[in-house]
Amino acid sequence: MTESPSRGEDADGSSGGDPTEHLSSEETATAASYWRANVRLLLVLLSIWFSVSFGCGILLAPKLNAYTLPGTGFPLGFWFAQQGSIYAFVILIFVYVVLMNRMDRRFGVQED
Amino acid sequence: MDVQTWTFLIVGVTFALYIGIAIKTRAGSTKDFYVAGGGVPPLANGMATAADWMSAASFLSMAGIISFKGYDGSVYLMGWTGGYVLLALLLAPYLRKFGRFTVPDFVGDRYESTTARLVAVVAAIFVSFTYVAGQMRGVGVVFGRFLEVSVETGVVIGMGVVLLYAVLGGMKGITYTQVAQYCVLMFAFMVPAVFIALMMTGTPIPQIGFGGMLQGSLGDGIANGESISLLAKLDGLHEELGFAPYTSGSKAMIDVFCITMALMVGTAGLPHVIIRFYTVPKVKDARISAGWALLFIAFLYTTAPAVAAFARTNLIGAVEGATYRSPEDKAPVEAAPGEGKFAPTWLKNWENSGLIAWLDKDGDGAIRYRQGAAFEGKPDYVGEAGDEAARGASGERLVANPPTENDNELYIDRDIMVLANPEIAGLPNWVIALVAAGGLAAALSTAAGLLLVISTAVSHDLLKRTLVPNISDKKELLAARLSAAVAVVCAGYLGIHPPGFVAEVVAFAFGLAASSFFPAILMGIFSRRMNRQGAIAGMVLGLGFTTAYIVYFKFLHLEQNRAENWFLGISPEGIGSVGMVINFGVAALVASFTKPPSAEVEELITSIRVPKGAGSASRH
Repeated sequence: MTESPSRGEDADGSSGGDPTEHLSSEETATAASYWRANVRLLLVLLSIWFSVSFGCGILLAPKLNAYTLPGTGFPLGFWFAQQGSIYAFVILIFVYVVLMNRMDRRFGVQED
Repeated sequence: MDVQTWTFLIVGVTFALYIGIAIKTRAGSTKDFYVAGGGVPPLANGMATAADWMSAASFLSMAGIISFKGYDGSVYLMGWTGGYVLLALLLAPYLRKFGRFTVPDFVGDRYESTTARLVAVVAAIFVSFTYVAGQMRGVGVVFGRFLEVSVETGVVIGMGVVLLYAVLGGMKGITYTQVAQYCVLMFAFMVPAVFIALMMTGTPIPQIGFGGMLQGSLGDGIANGESISLLAKLDGLHEELGFAPYTSGSKAMIDVFCITMALMVGTAGLPHVIIRFYTVPKVKDARISAGWALLFIAFLYTTAPAVAAFARTNLIGAVEGATYRSPEDKAPVEAAPGEGKFAPTWLKNWENSGLIAWLDKDGDGAIRYRQGAAFEGKPDYVGEAGDEAARGASGERLVANPPTENDNELYIDRDIMVLANPEIAGLPNWVIALVAAGGLAAALSTAAGLLLVISTAVSHDLLKRTLVPNISDKKELLAARLSAAVAVVCAGYLGIHPPGFVAEVVAFAFGLAASSFFPAILMGIFSRRMNRQGAIAGMVLGLGFTTAYIVYFKFLHLEQNRAENWFLGISPEGIGSVGMVINFGVAALVASFTKPPSAEVEELITSIRVPKGAGSASRH
């Protein structure tokens, strides 16, 4: 979890994304478990992404259209396709940002 | 003031604003030119990305398309927003950490191959040119319609403006101009939408009115005393007139699925969108700016389907069964049917501009609006709008097109839905002028972003990274400016002389991005095993399949372009999804029996997977 102040913050940024920089073995282990946690989070969020659009908005839409969104005149499947999925996408990205920033700090791989 | 004076005034003020911003934000180095110096705040980047993304088509045509397709139009709504989730979660943070300037940079470095870099350069240039031609055309059309200059003059004026700020400012100039353009286009879209929501459903928020009851000054008339929701009424009207139901559509589910997938994945793979995530200072900022971008896009994308439904309901309510010749006209037709309902004035205005045509098939003087085309092709008017001799018995403009067998008598161009809204809602002239300025903002912002991709591909990927690696920063900047200038001129030429296949090629651009860039970049980040041979084989076959399929149905055998001939019932618009699957499959297979990537690439992958240590984007 130590900071390496020399890395990547110089003025022209040229050492920043430089692939030739080396990580210590401890850092490599942290990076590997960080990556696994990252992929797990992605899978959860992407399954929500899939369910609201391809699931509720397309595959299940004909069935869901038998119901309306409570309090409105929207057939439910139609609502998911033209409104709900878009709201869900926006929320998904913001949730991802919050969780990832938290995860960066937990693994000590944040940028500053 | 009349509409034209207002339009000159508002368009003039917005153009002066864009140019002013461009002069203030001149680029001093290639880094300024390519990635705005890498110091764009995420909120501004989100707004600029939104303006970059929302083209003349999103602004002017999308609501119209949805209006006519109902549920089937959802593919655009989900496709063009869902892609941002993929972008934010799967690509943007890692590409930002990678820290170079372009998509070909990543493909070339990750797969250690000049061939792969060149394939990516060619694909980036091709995709961007197809897009930009459409934008320049859009600029010309808006000028032509609202300022009464020819489409050609309009394109030339648009070219001049883009040239000035793209060549001077590069990404830096473009980014801050796009922030201004976002505000203009959003305001221009929302004002008429709010008013029409009020008139149709009695609530000022279109997204709520969309699911609300039919009430308000226009809504009451259509509801005719009945208490019914807007969508229920619309479905009812559709059923009555023989259209496919509005809320459930008529496309095959597999096709809807595949088109949505191709558009989503294509969105995430389009170079002019990806490049925006190189402009922010940190990985963290790349994540959040994708969030801001989608939020800003969502304002328009959730409003557009509401506007579509309002406009559709109002259109059917206003024209179906209405008598064309109104009491104000010189000689009313005797014994006019239509129960005292007369065609609205806006219908005649748009008929005069050539976007509506009515063919009185049964000669009863009343408009009958049904499923199917009223006549073959686009209207071919007998004379000019002012020519009284070229008008029929009711005073309608006559068309020379051969009529079709069906009962429909009305031709309506889809694009008028957004353009005609302010007029339908009886809004003041300045709102109409605002819509013109909004359309221009949408077209110019997208054109500028695309032109930058083209100039970067030439000066950076082709010259600096491939042909002349020793080129100085100053010379590279000059090359970038020159190629931007040449690209503007080419785009302008394509805008004035559009190749007949522009619409087809847009579907192609998404299929191309979906079946080439997206899998190559995704596997480059998420698979340590993916190597040069796998990636190239995947791109070539994915791209080859998609291209062959689209070319076959869209260019060679147009007459066979029907559902029963399609592979698994998937239209050429959706075939990019299959191309993508082929790309993934072939790449994995080839990579499994060729040797793994080098140790340097291993380290590159390790490095892009953690945010720590991201400097700003750099040139080597």
